[in-house]
Amino acid sequence: MNLDFSDDQKFLKEEARKFLEKENVLSRNRSVLESDSKTDQELWKKIIDLGWTGIRIPEEYDGLGLGHLELCVIAEELGRFLAPVPFSSSVYLFTEAIINFANDEIKQNILPKLVSGEVVGTLAVTEELMAPTKDNISLTCIDGVINGKKIAVPDVEIATHVVVVAKTNNGISLQLVDLSSDGITIEHQENIDESRGHFSINFEDVQSDIIGDDMNGWNLFESIIDQAAVLFSYEQIGGSQAALDMAINYAQERYAFGRPIGSFQAIKHKLADMYIALTLAKSNCYYAAWALSTNSSDLPTASATARVSSTKAFQLCSKENIQTHGGNGFTWEYDCHMFYRRSKLLSLNIGSLSNWKEKLVTSLEQSNIN
Amino acid sequence: MDFNDTKEQAKFRKKCNEWLENNAEYKDKSSKGDSFANKDLVQEAKIWQKKKYDAGWAMLHWPKEFGGIGATPIERIIWANEESKFNVPRGIFEIGLGMCGPVMMQYASEKQKERYLPPMAEGKEIWCQLFSEPSAGSDVAGLRSKAIQDGDKWIINGQKVWTSGAHFSDYGILVVRHDPNLEKHKGLTFFFVDMKSPGIEVKPIKQITGGSSFNEVYFTDVEIPDSQRLGEIGDGWKVAITTLMNERLAVGDAGGPDVDDAFKWAKKQDNLGTPILSDKSARESIADWYCETNGLKNTKLRTMSALSKGDTPGPEASITKIVSANKLQDIGNFGMDSMDMAGMLKTNNQEIKGFQNAWLGAPGMRIAGGTDEILRNIIAERVLGLPQDPRADKGLAYKDIPSGNS
Repeated sequence: MNLDFSDDQKFLKEEARKFLEKENVLSRNRSVLESDSKTDQELWKKIIDLGWTGIRIPEEYDGLGLGHLELCVIAEELGRFLAPVPFSSSVYLFTEAIINFANDEIKQNILPKLVSGEVVGTLAVTEELMAPTKDNISLTCIDGVINGKKIAVPDVEIATHVVVVAKTNNGISLQLVDLSSDGITIEHQENIDESRGHFSINFEDVQSDIIGDDMNGWNLFESIIDQAAVLFSYEQIGGSQAALDMAINYAQERYAFGRPIGSFQAIKHKLADMYIALTLAKSNCYYAAWALSTNSSDLPTASATARVSSTKAFQLCSKENIQTHGGNGFTWEYDCHMFYRRSKLLSLNIGSLSNWKEKLVTSLEQSNIN
Repeated sequence: MDFNDTKEQAKFRKKCNEWLENNAEYKDKSSKGDSFANKDLVQEAKIWQKKKYDAGWAMLHWPKEFGGIGATPIERIIWANEESKFNVPRGIFEIGLGMCGPVMMQYASEKQKERYLPPMAEGKEIWCQLFSEPSAGSDVAGLRSKAIQDGDKWIINGQKVWTSGAHFSDYGILVVRHDPNLEKHKGLTFFFVDMKSPGIEVKPIKQITGGSSFNEVYFTDVEIPDSQRLGEIGDGWKVAITTLMNERLAVGDAGGPDVDDAFKWAKKQDNLGTPILSDKSARESIADWYCETNGLKNTKLRTMSALSKGDTPGPEASITKIVSANKLQDIGNFGMDSMDMAGMLKTNNQEIKGFQNAWLGAPGMRIAGGTDEILRNIIAERVLGLPQDPRADKGLAYKDIPSGNS
């Protein structure tokens, strides 16, 4: 029985944490939030230099050739510091799409450039103010030519490429698009967490390359999301832990009625509930990490379980961290709102809580646990 | 990460399993709990415990001379895992072996350990724990039962309550107040007592479930020899804390219907013409319970992983009872609600009974072995490091502490 990370993986985590601490990433997040830029280019460059974008990329493509577990520990630390970089878009979504489903030519062309930072990717699926399904995608791809519009696409400012979910004559396909192609119009869409920019992309007769086939793209998309959900969950528990730690520190230092507010049971019980939610989420993340790293048939259930509990944990921890801080928590000056914003952004990025609960129950029905 | 045993662990598991297969029946998956309802549970449990004792499985982690085999923590868990797959009577000895045993091991004399521990492990003598009192529940150190020293013995007067199994116990561990002029925690002393002593009267408490697993225990001029004192005079609280920490480990998951039962039920139970499972709110509840159940299960696996490597587990396990008892209450409620007006009716249907028993029994689970609120305090103070509440009784002699009308 070993539901734990290896010593090497723990070391990597420790090093990641030291690096992000030294780089003052939380204050970098604030700077991005307060500037016109939507990402921290300098930090992103340093992350590329550390090799993190190539963790999962095989050595033959210049990557580190490591596994998903190494990615999980990095994700947790990025989440803890609210890193304002396109790591989730480019690494969990785009890179995995290329590694898992692209042909050799695309792999040879793209993967080394993801390692070097020359290519930064993202994923575009949403079109309307509702959850995307395989039946409501209207952006079309005919003979590799794309027409239509995607919204709420993360990190387009820094991205060079995008994987687009498109409708074809035979079903759904995933299309790889170079964002410098003719016919592309990008517009910034203001969102609740401007440390991670979101954009609309309009495609007018844009050339693209297929990833996978032109029928089963939705299944490929879902499998990418099932995997990515584990990594998003790790970011979420990292953020939950940071928000809980912040609340604990404040509750110890802040006095009211002649005593630290952390000595009041109303505060203690609130923080205990945050700890309970985080512990459940973290344990489910461990199991999902195992399922991801072994490509277990239990992955859809395990990742949905991790995703639901991590979303709940981060939402609870970030909102109750504000509450614990009282009026200070509602100011721009305190960092509480940055966790609150990020918790919502992460909870919506790959689908809402209620849709993940639905996904979880559906996977239970399919695996027919009884 | 993997879920495999090491070579030694696999060998040990096989050994456990072989013995169990030769000596017990596998659980029938459809019958949950209660398979001993119509038998004399105490007698059945004693027979099973003796069997285990004779084969060395009774108290694995205890030293050989007291009936154990000096097993590692992970071997204990492996044994418990394997034993739980079999239809065997459990529970009767949990308090004795889980709480009284460790205290005796730590504080009794060598001679007493030789006398009392083997029969405890063997199941020949059953032990209970006499802590709570009518006016001392969560604040158990506020207890008022009196001990007055008289030469080489003590005279005990007072009342204990919520004593599980007192009616079939042979011995009990007991905290009492030897000096009300001292501060609350300082005036306590700890003993073990023969439950057959003159002056002890045990009265069952009828619970809201209708059953009676707890008792009131009255002490009238009960004599205890000073040799049965555990720890120094005035060290009662320190000794009690050892026991309470063990209790919190011993009281784990709430039994009864869980998310798989709710799921199974929701698939077949009709609501307004469609199965409950097609209802969005039911689906969301099931998703939440599934996350909780698996969160606890995976938390245990993390604890086991630490033990397996010889590390000390983190404090994660402290969340188990709060989460499982509340979930049990919700699942019971869900099952009953799903039958609309008929949900209140008594029936012989085992599934429905399960939901109703869960609903009626869960309030007790949320209180026994530390209330939800006390457990949250413990998490906040011991795990998160928050300061203690200022106490209104601090520095006061026990006799001067306000106690309301109770």
